[in-house]
Amino acid sequence: MGRLNWDALPFYSWVAFTGALVTVGGGLLVVALILYKGWTRKLWTDWLTTVDHKKIGIMYIVLAMVMLLRGFIDALMMRAQQAIAMGNEGYLPPEHFDQIFSSHGTIMIFFMAMPFLTGLINYVMPLQIGARDVAFPFLNAVSFFMTAAGAVLMLLSLVIGVFSTAGWTGYPPYSGAQYSPGVGVDYWIWSVMISGIGTTLSGVNFVTTIMTQRAPGMRLMQMPMFVWTALCSSILMVFAFPALTVVTMMLALDRTFGFHFFTNAAGGNQMQYANLFWMWGHPEVYILILPAFGVFSEVVSVFSSKRLFGYVSMVWATMAIAVLSFTVWLHHFFTMGSSANVNAAFGIATMIIAIPTGVKVFDWLFTMYRGRIRITSPMLWTMGFMVTFGIGGMTGVLLAIPAADYVMHNTTFLVAHFHNMLVPGALFGFFAGYMYWFPKAFGFQLSEVWGKRAFWFWFTGFYCAFMPLYALGFMGMSRRMEHYDVATWQPYLIFACFGAVLVLLGIICLGIQLWVSVRDRVALADTTGDPWDGRTLEWATSSPPPEYNFAHIPDVSDLDAFYEMKQTARTAPAPYEDIHLPASSVYAPLMGVAAAIFGFAVIWWIWWLAALSLAALVALTIARNVTGEPHVTIHAAEVAKIEGART
Amino acid sequence: MSSAMTPEAQPITAPHTSAHLEDRARTEQMGYWLYLMSDAILFVALFATYAVLHANSAGGPEASDIFEFSRTALNSALLLTSTLVLGFSGIGFAKGNKGAGFGWLAAAFALGALFVGLEVQEFAALVAQGASPQTSGFLSAYFALVATHGLHVTVGLIWMLTYVALLLYEGPTRRVLANGNRLAAFWHMIGIVWIGIYSVVYLPGILQ
Ligand code: HEM
Ligand SMILES: [Cu+2]
Repeated sequence: MGRLNWDALPFYSWVAFTGALVTVGGGLLVVALILYKGWTRKLWTDWLTTVDHKKIGIMYIVLAMVMLLRGFIDALMMRAQQAIAMGNEGYLPPEHFDQIFSSHGTIMIFFMAMPFLTGLINYVMPLQIGARDVAFPFLNAVSFFMTAAGAVLMLLSLVIGVFSTAGWTGYPPYSGAQYSPGVGVDYWIWSVMISGIGTTLSGVNFVTTIMTQRAPGMRLMQMPMFVWTALCSSILMVFAFPALTVVTMMLALDRTFGFHFFTNAAGGNQMQYANLFWMWGHPEVYILILPAFGVFSEVVSVFSSKRLFGYVSMVWATMAIAVLSFTVWLHHFFTMGSSANVNAAFGIATMIIAIPTGVKVFDWLFTMYRGRIRITSPMLWTMGFMVTFGIGGMTGVLLAIPAADYVMHNTTFLVAHFHNMLVPGALFGFFAGYMYWFPKAFGFQLSEVWGKRAFWFWFTGFYCAFMPLYALGFMGMSRRMEHYDVATWQPYLIFACFGAVLVLLGIICLGIQLWVSVRDRVALADTTGDPWDGRTLEWATSSPPPEYNFAHIPDVSDLDAFYEMKQTARTAPAPYEDIHLPASSVYAPLMGVAAAIFGFAVIWWIWWLAALSLAALVALTIARNVTGEPHVTIHAAEVAKIEGART
Repeated sequence: MSSAMTPEAQPITAPHTSAHLEDRARTEQMGYWLYLMSDAILFVALFATYAVLHANSAGGPEASDIFEFSRTALNSALLLTSTLVLGFSGIGFAKGNKGAGFGWLAAAFALGALFVGLEVQEFAALVAQGASPQTSGFLSAYFALVATHGLHVTVGLIWMLTYVALLLYEGPTRRVLANGNRLAAFWHMIGIVWIGIYSVVYLPGILQ
């Protein structure tokens, strides 16, 4: 069994052991619930084997929510540790604390934010362009199960073995075999790499879908803003993720087979790691943020009851951001010995990105100006974002000055900055999208009261948790500190912990919101398919949409296609036709299982199992390739019945 | 949702109009090219790493010690000829000449397999003379780049076999021929990457 033995169980810290119990217990509880309710069959045929983009989108978002919970527990534990550990060891041993910041960062980026945005794009984008599905529905399912396989490995590291202590960036030489011999870094490598391959495939799928599956008449410049941001984000996925695949593969070769890409000795070069990692890493932050910008654009326009201001400038700004994102990676290591001129060039390039971003903020503001604004929960997240993101942007421009970065680098100022971008800039957007499109997906609205409560706790919690970190950064506190002995820091850290507790209340409100909304689903039902007075095509179909999305592929002649349809008289529907849809497939979940087993086997050096699972993966790929793409047909009479039932 | 419908599983592809088929072909082509581009970026990252590490021989063998002109020239000839004859095979099938199609396909496969065989032999010889990937940063980068390429060639060979199986099993339908076109594009990209390897890795090493 390779290097796997009983020592792998987490007895090194009682906190980790409790975490493992909670993880295993949670898993068992879910399984028990499914068995008890007799959902096994339904789960398998309706969900796990599906290739329907809507269901895959929902599964992505469920995954994201689960991982958000785990990632947030990590955050809370770190805040508690730092609030306590002034002049003492706190309650977390160093090797455990280091795992926690590494897993928090990795989970939040790869297994919370990425699945969340991929899920939103999956659900909404095909509806917005009037398509029946994505271009490659089966590939879509494969992508999902690759992401899920990575997430499973991530969760497993808490139960069997340990996770990386090298941070979410995994810099060598520390992450090399010499300084990090155990399985921790290998868990990081393989969970990130497997899910990253899934993301690359998602990118290919989304770009192709947007370029080839749009409804007749929808020109590029008539695509909803969310589709534009999805397009740019997906292009970045296609072009940036291979760098991550390569760099994690090289680190794996260094660690497992004694190669010398990044080692201290024998001609390795760690700068090459930093370069490759951030050539992926900087575009990655825009992959995270652009779809959220798309959500904000949709929400602002609908709830201001106005067409989006400056659509064309918004499109160009999005594209400019996507292109520029490849030109700034060096700002992540200004302090690592580039010449002053190189640093200056990258610093200026970084500041330039603020310009298209500023254009967007003004476009949103002008959309609201003189609009009939409805303060709904999606709108609250959007307005909270605009206020908060401005602060994060300013601290970003500050950090882009290399001389200033030399002072701030590696302090909690940086931690405050990137949370100041990612929490409002990505997460608030995802929440806005979740509350905005939930009625479309499930046919009933989420409770507005609890949505607003969740917002206010998150919003105030964010400020309380992160503003002190800016100050602490100026006071010289490094990031990733397990304990410290500067008494003046402690009040700030206690206050930050208080902020994290407010965020916890926000998360609890989200849970309650879901609970009461499901309970009151009859009262909250959306029978029109258009609960918000929407402007884009997804609101033209019923809530939830039928499996085929649109009985007739809509004809589009305007940016706000559905708004325009509502203004013009309805013509009598043409007769229905048979609709062909791709049939569900068992291959994708099987491939996910094989990938997860492969990752596990490589991490633990169980080579026979690795060979076996890799062979299974190859065999499944070939088998699927040879058997082709089976379809199901929904007959015209059936379509007529479904459409007739729509009131 | 789905329980309300009466889906009937059908074999292979459901009936489509010819406009549908054309759309589908366009879609598949676009997706495939995007995949190829992202694969190309993978190689770009490997090339960049080689460029950074190529001088770091750390006291071990250097490029000029281990690369041989005759061997690499032979390898190039094999792979590029294979690309060429795979093109002939495509023309054969397009003209309905199955004999030519299968014949050239077999030739392309044989040449590619020979290429992989020679490469494996080269790697074994290098390791035997103490130039393994564990020796130095230079050799790590060299093996990573060239072996990733070799792995792609191997995938292409397996793909050829499944392509033959499809041709025999299903005949030259639209779907199968499209599969063949994608295979050809893949094979061309591998050829282009090899030219890159030849000019960035082998030639400078030999000429040093
Ligand atoms: C709102 C709740 C959150 C809280 C309270 C929180 C808290 C923290 C804390 C305490 C750290 C360690 C700081 C240090 O090194 O001293 C951290 C690091 C980090 N967080 Fe968060 N976080 C939150 C949300 C997020 C989100 C939403 C993301 C990403 C989308 C994120 C990404 C990261 C990353 C990448 C790191 C760096 C990990 C490393 O040092 O390797 N966090 N966070
Ligand atoms: Cu950056």
